[in-house]
Amino acid sequence: MFLSSKQHGGARVVTVKAERIDAAVAIQFKENMRTETDGGPERVILDLSEVSFIDSSGLGAIVAAMKHLGADRRLDLAGLSPMVEKVFRLTRMDTVFTLFPSLDDAMTELGG
Amino acid sequence: MSHQCSFEFDATDLAARDGIGGVIGRLRASGLPATLVGDVELALVEAVNNVIEHAFGGKPGHRIAIHARLSEAMLDLRIIDDGRPLPGGRVPQAKSLDPGLPRADLPEGGFGWTLIHQLTDQVDYQRRDACNMLSLRFRLTGTPRTGREIAP
Repeated sequence: MFLSSKQHGGARVVTVKAERIDAAVAIQFKENMRTETDGGPERVILDLSEVSFIDSSGLGAIVAAMKHLGADRRLDLAGLSPMVEKVFRLTRMDTVFTLFPSLDDAMTELGG
Repeated sequence: MSHQCSFEFDATDLAARDGIGGVIGRLRASGLPATLVGDVELALVEAVNNVIEHAFGGKPGHRIAIHARLSEAMLDLRIIDDGRPLPGGRVPQAKSLDPGLPRADLPEGGFGWTLIHQLTDQVDYQRRDACNMLSLRFRLTGTPRTGREIAP
């Protein structure tokens, strides 16, 4: 499907199995994120390493997913390509999320 | 160097992917730098998303045209549709996010024009013959264009 997830240490790692998160899939992404994260651990890491393009609809869907987790859980982002990272930077959403260059970096932070 | 091309497609999310993909493929083939092509793609996707969602209210049965004109100094893109006009007849401003907002109040949309303004050198809008014409201009020479941040 669109997302796959696994438990890794104390975190739920959700991997996006798509090249694009855009208007055509934003709603599906939001729904799938709920399924993958409901009832899981406090920390969720969204692995974006397979994603090469995201638009403002995709960005909005990630913000919605983060809000859905509630105040006691966090959503970190890992493996952003330069183009994906640019969308977060230009909208200043890079100040709202913690961005890790890779999933390994995000996992290392988990232990630290 | 001077090229022109036009693409027309149904005003749906999936058809827009293909239509914009056509424009982007041509620009890539013309030798524009990959970073610039990436910026053009994002700006175009945002502009076309707005047309589908707002000008046509998400209703099917409409068409969108993109005309591209590439010269040595400039890339000009014109997006044309016969949907509802932009509110107030003008291009919406970029919005600056307040990062101090409580999580529950963070916006889930409204980033499209912010991105368009930052990725382009000039944005112009005209309403003519019951059509919207949005022009996006990218300078190919001179001062670097992208990464312009909005003043906090």
